[in-house]
Amino acid sequence: MNVNVEPAKLTPKDFASDQEVRWCPGCGDYAILKAMHKSLADMGAKLENTVFVSGIGCSSRFPYYMATYGFHTIHGRAPAIASGLKLARPELDVWVVTGDGDALSIGGNHLFHALRRNIDLNILLFNNEIYGLTKGQYSPTSRIGQKSPSTPMGSVDSPAEACTFALGCNARFVARGIDVQAKELGVLFSRAREHKGASFVEIIQNCIVYNDGAFSNFTEKDVAAEMQLHVKHGEPLLYGKDKNKGLRLNPKTLKIEAVVVGENGVTAGDILVHDEKNRVLAGLLAGLRPPQFPEILGVIYCDPAPSYEAQVAAQNAQARAKGPGDLDKLMRAGNTWSVT
Amino acid sequence: MNVQNVPKSELEAVVVRFAGDSGDGVQLLGSQFAQETALAGNSLATFPDFPAEIRAPTGTTYGVSAFQINFGSRVVKTAGDQPDVLVALNPAALMVNYKGLRKGGLIILDSGAFKDKDIKRAGFAVDPRTDGTLKEFRVLELDISAQALEVAKPFGVSQKEALRTKNLWVLGLVSWMYDRELNSTNEYVARKFGADDPIGQANLAALKAGHAYGETHEISGDISPVQMPSVKFEPGTYRLVSGAEALAWGLAAGAQLANLEALLASYPITPSSPILHILARLKQFGITTFQAEDEIAACCAALGASYAGKLGITASSGPGIALKTEAIGLGIGTELPLVVVNTQRAGPSTGLPTKTEQSDLFLSVWGRNADAPIPVVASRSPGDCFEVAIEAVRLAVKYMTPVMLLSDGYIANAAEPWRIPSMKDFKPFPVEFHKNTEGFHPFLRDPKTLARVWAVPGTPGLMHRIGGIERDYNSGNISYEAANHQKMTDTRAAKINNIANDIPEQGVEAGELKGKLAVVGWGSTFGPINRAVSNMRAKGLDVSHIHIRHIWPLPRNLGDLLKNFDKVLVAEMNNGQMLTLLKSQYLIDAKGLLKVSGQPLKIDEVESAIRSQLGAP
Ligand SMILES: Cc1ncc(C[n+]2csc(CCOP(=O)(O)OP(=O)(O)O)c2C)c(N)n1
Ligand code: SF4
Ligand SMILES: [Mg+2]
Repeated sequence: MNVNVEPAKLTPKDFASDQEVRWCPGCGDYAILKAMHKSLADMGAKLENTVFVSGIGCSSRFPYYMATYGFHTIHGRAPAIASGLKLARPELDVWVVTGDGDALSIGGNHLFHALRRNIDLNILLFNNEIYGLTKGQYSPTSRIGQKSPSTPMGSVDSPAEACTFALGCNARFVARGIDVQAKELGVLFSRAREHKGASFVEIIQNCIVYNDGAFSNFTEKDVAAEMQLHVKHGEPLLYGKDKNKGLRLNPKTLKIEAVVVGENGVTAGDILVHDEKNRVLAGLLAGLRPPQFPEILGVIYCDPAPSYEAQVAAQNAQARAKGPGDLDKLMRAGNTWSVT
Repeated sequence: MNVQNVPKSELEAVVVRFAGDSGDGVQLLGSQFAQETALAGNSLATFPDFPAEIRAPTGTTYGVSAFQINFGSRVVKTAGDQPDVLVALNPAALMVNYKGLRKGGLIILDSGAFKDKDIKRAGFAVDPRTDGTLKEFRVLELDISAQALEVAKPFGVSQKEALRTKNLWVLGLVSWMYDRELNSTNEYVARKFGADDPIGQANLAALKAGHAYGETHEISGDISPVQMPSVKFEPGTYRLVSGAEALAWGLAAGAQLANLEALLASYPITPSSPILHILARLKQFGITTFQAEDEIAACCAALGASYAGKLGITASSGPGIALKTEAIGLGIGTELPLVVVNTQRAGPSTGLPTKTEQSDLFLSVWGRNADAPIPVVASRSPGDCFEVAIEAVRLAVKYMTPVMLLSDGYIANAAEPWRIPSMKDFKPFPVEFHKNTEGFHPFLRDPKTLARVWAVPGTPGLMHRIGGIERDYNSGNISYEAANHQKMTDTRAAKINNIANDIPEQGVEAGELKGKLAVVGWGSTFGPINRAVSNMRAKGLDVSHIHIRHIWPLPRNLGDLLKNFDKVLVAEMNNGQMLTLLKSQYLIDAKGLLKVSGQPLKIDEVESAIRSQLGAP
């Protein structure tokens, strides 16, 4: 274990630990790790005030590769452990790294409660739609028909959609990015970190060994422009090479339609404008998936509310305003009697 | 009818059992009477015995709630084997409880509640007052219902509210019988309802009326009061304390002695919840409470807080403790302090949630995957919870380990007079976080205690990663090395075993250090064992009482001590868990007095077991 003595201005390298990274060559996790190193350096984060907490899975090895504080915990429970940590030390920057199985299968309950409580954790869900570490079983986000060692004839159960789940849990910050889009991820990381309260970021991550190409219908270079919509607050929901494709709302069906501006009488004015604070819109957008729709990326929803740990701290401060507790006094309050 | 015509010796101590419907306010009646009795300077022990249902259908036997109190002018150690007086507020309460009453004991019953349908509903074929069912007892029939209705009339409260003052009417009567002051109850009612509330006024009137009823009927010769002199307690300031209170305060005290703030994370479960409720009100003591989404999250959050440099505490009961197992394992692997409070209850599974048992000893000592030792301590009585909680905190922070702190449903709910300790009498054990960056790694150990350093996030220069994967002995980095795993497993075991050198040697609670028979107990069986052993010794039998507080590791001299006795009898409320533990550790031929009825052990049961072990008549 190396002790890192902090130089004045940290570089991405300073955020990397001395441990050999052990993901499979070509795993999407490498890119995310790199993006995080850079992003933390850009944000001016301090090593000692940053903590990464993870569950179990390939993705959850993440903390070992960070030069910050880190706690690799147990399967599914990272949000709970991180909650205790954040309650105890609200001044620390606490990140949770989790996988689709870790967060949405065994840990679904904890993720739900961390989000609805709105505790100030930055939760990153690496979604590869597979159980990587246990060698490729289908996961709660695998699409119907996923062939895997445990579903040789294809999975039959319908998947969970991570961002929709988060919104359903009343998360106040929901975003989605792609492992290899370092620049965009950097923006999401810094937005998540700034956001007070629970932030939820789904990162589409390619598992090159067990689910390679699961996302190629929108991540491949040749389709990216046509199949990715990077949302920006206040800007119309346009995409495509020529930025002439867009999303509009059919008010009769309350459904989103993918349309082309200039075709079939569609005008620019018909296109929805992104509003981060609009929860209904966020719900509609989060559920859109290729191939019928482009993959929605960026900050889908952001509408801050008081965070849990800050409110707990406020109650603690209120109770402590009268001075520290005196146990001798406490135990002698109420009915007592003396024996001499 | 004369209450006083009980044998003289019985007056040294009396056992009164109040029983009624779960909606009758029996627990309040009992605890207020206990409060008055404590203030009168008597020794006492209580046993609240209530059903799992919050409000079972009225008049049913399974909806009967009871509160037993044993009090006396000599030191009382248990809530009493057999009541001398039973107050039955309905036929179901009589049905459930009359067989346990001492022969010749007094039954006070509310005749207003003995309508035909109530009698049938309680399962009596005919009215038990007329067919000789109660012929071995003295019966005092009073129409308490009518009295309560009458008294409440002027206050304009509903019939339902009026009937609910029955408990205070009874409290008034019983307080008169034993010459108790009503001040604390008057204050309690005024506080609860506010001075002007008609319901509060009706309750106060009922209390007074019950008392007055006693006075007037003494004059008419029906009943007469009993004098009970106060006990000569050791000098000090006393109060009544329940196990849950003492335990919660002990945790707060432990945190203070460790100079730490604490996070209690818990998920509601009977009979553990009062610890959460009490600590939730102690924020000014640097305590934060967190009602987690389940017991797994609770244990995890507590561990997260410990990692962050606070004292992590989690509290639950049997089924909830089972859920915490994996997170406790993480605490063992990462060597973080954690106090796990287990208020045991009867099981398996949901079992009998409101009934007591000591059946989580295996779970505590051995109940985890892999070789995962932790210290286990058990409290013997409500007041003892305070010290044991401090000890649990001390061990957790000194040895960087999860600690299991055992209480049980009986201790948690029962109350006893308690000499209030002074914080200055406890030696502080302030925690020092590791700060030195020189040669740092997170598994640097204190050569003496083998505890690893506690370096907390936020400390410059000490950034490190810990986790559930086996850690290298020399760096803390993850390691899959076979030899390292052996070394780390051995080190974790040695660290815990070494605690035996840091705890008191085992002594005896009664009797000699050697002899014919040792009765060994742990936890809440202290009272009945101690009384039984003292009684038998008074009869000349050679028997000693050994009571174990440190369940794991065991006191270093315990094996030798046990071998000083021809016979060893382990008395416990489970199917032989301590018995098995002692046999496996010391290869002794111990026998068990084992009971799992959901009820505390009785003095009489221990006495007969002692007699039979010693072949005494
Ligand atoms: C209690 C428990 N159950 C099961 C496992 C085995 N396990 C480890 S990781 C994992 C699934 C991980 O999948 P995911 O969260 O998607 O992470 P990935 O490896 O894909 O990054 C499972 C089932 C475990 N470690 N602990
Ligand atoms: S199995 Fe998949 S997710 Fe895991 S390290 Fe390999 S490529 Fe990455
Ligand atoms: Mg996965």
